[in-house]
Amino acid sequence: MYPKTNYDGNSLTIYLKGEIDHHNAREIREATDSLIQQNKPSLLRLDFSGVTFMDSSGIGLIMGRYRMMLLYGGKTLAVNVPEGLERIMNLSGLGALDIIEKRGELYETAQ
Amino acid sequence: MKLLNEANFTFDSRSCNEAFARSAVGSFITYLDPTVSELNDIRTAVSEAVTNCVVHAYQDTIGKIFINIKIWEGGTVTIKIRDKGCGIENIAQAMEPLYTTAPSEERAGLGFAVMQSFSDSVKVRSKPEAGTTVTLTKKLSLRVSNG
Repeated sequence: MYPKTNYDGNSLTIYLKGEIDHHNAREIREATDSLIQQNKPSLLRLDFSGVTFMDSSGIGLIMGRYRMMLLYGGKTLAVNVPEGLERIMNLSGLGALDIIEKRGELYETAQ
Repeated sequence: MKLLNEANFTFDSRSCNEAFARSAVGSFITYLDPTVSELNDIRTAVSEAVTNCVVHAYQDTIGKIFINIKIWEGGTVTIKIRDKGCGIENIAQAMEPLYTTAPSEERAGLGFAVMQSFSDSVKVRSKPEAGTTVTLTKKLSLRVSNG
């Protein structure tokens, strides 16, 4: 699964899809890291709208990318997080790092 | 509590089987008409338990993972995930959030925390060099009769 991406010169959006577990997290991680290294974006947007399942492997994936982006002086955001994934995201403490884009903010940007 | 239905299956501790395990458990309980959220909770908890077997119990080897699912009268589901791997020396420490022995794999150390949050109870029995059994219990809301 090579993810669909969009880079606008500043922010790199990676559209994740399907199920994120320990098995496929490695592939996503490798693809994402090579894109970050190529583009060195100031903002990494991980778009979860196409994700149907995620366990704690997804949390490791986000945390790892967050740390990598910090090394480049960039920010990381998890955007369009489906309702079904909110609980696991909140459980992880990612909320405290301000990584998860709030629904309200999302609507504001859309308008 | 009366036992209404039971299933057993065994598979190799290959990471590609993580999806199979959670889907098989999900399929077995589907006739009980669980809510989307209940089904997701069970699939997530099973995925965490099976991943622990793959990553920790058998590490660089391939062993067998055994799953037993029981459906009890009243809608309680118990799922046993058992391995014959390395076992856990200190269960309390292994269950601490953020504790991981595999940071290089980017494991968040949240496996047991997720299992606890997504099921009603999590029991762990383990013996070093013999294996581990994780028992997840979840009561479904049962919107239809479960005969």
